[in-house]
Amino acid sequence: MKLPPLDYALPRSLDEAIALLSESEGQAKLLAGGQSLMPTLAFRLATPALLIDLAAIPGLDRIEITAAGVRLGARVRWVDIEQSEPLRTAHPLLVAAMAHVAHYQIRNRGTVGGSLAHADPAAEWPGLCVTCDAIIEVIGPAGSRLIEAGAFFSGPLSTHLAEAEIITSITLPAWPRGRRWGFQEFSRRRGDFALAGIALHYDTDAAGRVLDPHIGVIGACHSPHRLRAAEQAISGQVLDDVLIEACAQAGSAEVDPPTDLHGSARYRRALVHAMLSRALQQA
Amino acid sequence: MKQPITLQVNQNTYDIEAEPRRTLADALREDCGLTGTHLGCEHGVCGACTVIVDGDPMRACLMFAVQAEGRAIRTVEGLAAGATLHPLQQAFIDHHALQCGFCTAGFLMLATSLIERADPPDDQELLDALSSNLCRCTGYKNIVNAVRAASVALRQR
Repeated sequence: MKLPPLDYALPRSLDEAIALLSESEGQAKLLAGGQSLMPTLAFRLATPALLIDLAAIPGLDRIEITAAGVRLGARVRWVDIEQSEPLRTAHPLLVAAMAHVAHYQIRNRGTVGGSLAHADPAAEWPGLCVTCDAIIEVIGPAGSRLIEAGAFFSGPLSTHLAEAEIITSITLPAWPRGRRWGFQEFSRRRGDFALAGIALHYDTDAAGRVLDPHIGVIGACHSPHRLRAAEQAISGQVLDDVLIEACAQAGSAEVDPPTDLHGSARYRRALVHAMLSRALQQA
Repeated sequence: MKQPITLQVNQNTYDIEAEPRRTLADALREDCGLTGTHLGCEHGVCGACTVIVDGDPMRACLMFAVQAEGRAIRTVEGLAAGATLHPLQQAFIDHHALQCGFCTAGFLMLATSLIERADPPDDQELLDALSSNLCRCTGYKNIVNAVRAASVALRQR
């Protein structure tokens, strides 16, 4: 379908964008890459009166790597992450996951800020943010605030962003040397949305025991979340095949997947088991 | 309300008037008269409308015409030099890489961006990239063969 009638604004600063958002009284949507927003408009699932394009606001497209971690401006695109040489060592899990994000043309336009605001439960990036304890910086009429990724999503396609707030950056905590990681995902076609995916990382002590495991599930549930029982199953232990199986069982038991057109709850649970077990073997 | 938009397509300038909701794909077809770019799904799944914007392939149905102002757009009409086909177009014929032809313009633009890269894609990258466009006739094998052959031909010129 053709897109609904709308106005278009191209503000030059965040202040200008916030003012436009506030004045619109909920009738405006922010436009970054548009790779999820435009299909939503084409299906007339959203009919905003105004689109506020963030393309001309300076500084939102930077990737900064500091001792505190990796800071991605909201308008950083998937292709920017994919092609960043420093990120390969600064955050290998992030770079590896990019291969699963959408298709080639879409990675040339899709952005990290847009994906979080859209909050598709099957998208990789929100799941990565939750797994990696990302901090999301937003700005609104009252100033800026930081939101933990784990407290950002309120359900499928919905977040705790206030009406006139704009995501400005996402910070992933620093990646210690030697950290182990795995990323596994199942989708019907490479680049399609995940039926189930697992992102995980953990550190090890001198004896090879697992420290501080972070295991996140993507696509199989209503929102991305950590798998606490699975994390507990391996914490403080030395991984072997028996433990990997126990962890995968714990993870698939604690998820609550929906049954829909794309797969049954039982199928998705089995996928979580398989993806978790493979991700641990990969790590 | 319609507004003036200037598009640079295949190094030609098009001064058009279009509403902000106009996608780049519709603007190319309806306002510039460049109907070589095809529209399949109109929501970013099929890739038939792929064009090259500032060197990168993009889905023209997922971009507003107003966002393309001031950027260098390339469409399938810009590939051939007069009556001489682009090596990729010739390779598609030689390898029987099209049947109905509806998806072909999108595949040509996607593949053009791939084979023009400084580091040509290896087979796995090629498969990954080409799988982002849908073809319901050929089964892809001949498309992959054509792109691989054109990639080699382009480098030998």
